Amino acid sequence: MVKVSSWGRLDSQEHELVALGDRSQAAGRIARDGAGLAQGNGRSYGDVCLNPGGRLWRTTGMDRFIAFDPASGRLRCEAGTLLRDIQRMSLAHGWLLPVTPGTQMITVGGAIANDVHGKNHHVLGSFGDHVLSLRLARTDGGVIDCGPDREPGWFAATVGGMGLTGVIVEAELQLRRVAGPWLVTDTVPYRNLDEFFALADGSEAGWEQTVSWVDCLSGIGRGLFFRANLANIPDRGANYGRKPKRVPFVPPVSLVNGLSLRPFNETYFQLNRLKAGRAIAHFEKYTYPLDNLHDWNRVYGPRGFYQYQSVVPREGGQGAVHAMLEAIKASGQGSFLAVLKTFGARASVGMMSFPRPGVTLALDFPNRGEVTHRLFERLDAIVRDAGGRLYAAKDARMPRDLFESGYPRLAEFLQYRDPGISSSMSRRLIGS
Amino acid sequence: MPDTPQRIVIIGATSSIAEHCARLWVAGRSVALTLVGRDASRLERVAADLRVRGSGARVDVRGADLIDPLAIRTLVDAIVRDGMPDQVLIAHGSLPDQPACQRDLGAATEALQVNAMSPVLFAEAFAGHMEASGGTITIIGSVAGDRGRRSNYVYGAAKGLVTRYAQGLQHRLAGSNSRLRVVLVKPGPTATPMTAHLPQRGLAPVEDVARQIVDGSAAGKAVVYAPGKWALIMMVIRHLPAFVFNKMNI
Repeated sequence: MVKVSSWGRLDSQEHELVALGDRSQAAGRIARDGAGLAQGNGRSYGDVCLNPGGRLWRTTGMDRFIAFDPASGRLRCEAGTLLRDIQRMSLAHGWLLPVTPGTQMITVGGAIANDVHGKNHHVLGSFGDHVLSLRLARTDGGVIDCGPDREPGWFAATVGGMGLTGVIVEAELQLRRVAGPWLVTDTVPYRNLDEFFALADGSEAGWEQTVSWVDCLSGIGRGLFFRANLANIPDRGANYGRKPKRVPFVPPVSLVNGLSLRPFNETYFQLNRLKAGRAIAHFEKYTYPLDNLHDWNRVYGPRGFYQYQSVVPREGGQGAVHAMLEAIKASGQGSFLAVLKTFGARASVGMMSFPRPGVTLALDFPNRGEVTHRLFERLDAIVRDAGGRLYAAKDARMPRDLFESGYPRLAEFLQYRDPGISSSMSRRLIGS
Repeated sequence: MPDTPQRIVIIGATSSIAEHCARLWVAGRSVALTLVGRDASRLERVAADLRVRGSGARVDVRGADLIDPLAIRTLVDAIVRDGMPDQVLIAHGSLPDQPACQRDLGAATEALQVNAMSPVLFAEAFAGHMEASGGTITIIGSVAGDRGRRSNYVYGAAKGLVTRYAQGLQHRLAGSNSRLRVVLVKPGPTATPMTAHLPQRGLAPVEDVARQIVDGSAAGKAVVYAPGKWALIMMVIRHLPAFVFNKMNI
């Protein structure tokens, strides 16, 4: 047994680790083991990727490309392949993944199981929108090939299905054409939520990527709006910039705290206000800034951290976001990493996918125990009243009733569950 | 002037370290790879991946018996007939269960054959062909070969044999002024499927180890510890007096 923690580092519990290496043997191994949970690169924040006392099938050794057609941009690969490896390979042929989140250090299987989204949701939807097919290995020995047009029920259950319908062994993805790795970016400061929503709505037509940093201590919602488009500039050869740095150890207390946060946010806001305007940026540096700082999750200290990501419908959404920011300001908690973004008006592929039309707010909170949980309960109440939901990939504590009200297709989803697969999260939120 | 592809042969190409070396090689200059291993269908999956990664890389596979000396000779001769290699990586091995080797001499024999005899015979066969032409033969040993320890001395003995063999071959080639370089790599504990069930703390990422193997091979270094800190650690371990060493449970 080996101690494993997820990205939030809230705790570290014993697991039996089994490495899946060869895809031809994965299904057999899963059936022989009979019980467990797949884990990719372990970048989920909470407990969706944990199975304390049980087995984890680590898929990171199952990271081979199977076939790539540079003419059509269709890629088949094993489920443990990192998004980074895909993009570094495909860029040379003029293709990139259509949708990636704020890190590319995640596996294809994890991206599907959490139906991750990125800054371009209003144009390209979520990761599952670009999956052409996937192969699922079940603990009963069954192997299911599914896609949007083939076994669509299994597909819709597995995309965003938190790994609970079986183990994703391989997938076929549709990449998108790009001229090169460059983005035209634009930074616009905003002073309050009215300005944020005006910017977000006004940018939807002309900008493919929109996101914003919000100063979680400001209460009124001041921040920086970032928007970007792919630039029509060809690649000038692979240049992945500076050598990555590492947070070398876990500090005894969280470096993100009441003393550090206010000056940090103030400085960040003012610096970027001065630099506002257009620029050209490499997509890796712009889209995944923290991938260059290894083990950044250590800055929150030995007790780890939570991320709280909600989405609420646009109707009443502004009020809800304002109420959440007020509650966070009043609590004096929060962190530098605070993201406010609108989702496009499109339905997700997955029954349990997180993205839905509305506005999403994501914040890190250093774990301060009871104080932090009391704040979460206040935020839960706001999300519940607004008819919103929380993101499973980030969650380690949402109450069951909020999960059930946030995900109305839960009962339908449960018909597709693999009875041998269970996670800390599924036991907490589904009861098994 | 167009590059002539570098011809690289990998024995034990389905091993995780070897596979990551191959990924670095195909991502760099144009290469023609020959992958050798026991399981032809697994080799084919590795080859398909490498063809995607290094678009234009020529990758062929040969399933082979890795133990029988006659089969090794025939295989190496055939590979050389297709074109003299510039780089050979001998990477196969298995991590045996030490208590099983103590109980069962058959298991001990197998561990010694796979980890000592076979790599040495491959190196000898390639060295015979490449001594005149030059190039690089890289052999993966282990820090475990630097001093026998109770927790894995059968494996350690096999890797120790490989170490002495590589030294001897380096000595021979220096004497004949050959342009053939022999690089002995000694990886420390590495995060691979072979070690996935162990605590991952302290294991070196396989990508980093592969990078050091590829760079060390290009530089023609005699010995490469990967990561480099193991050179220091093993120097201390080698020099500990027995009355101290024997009290250590390692």
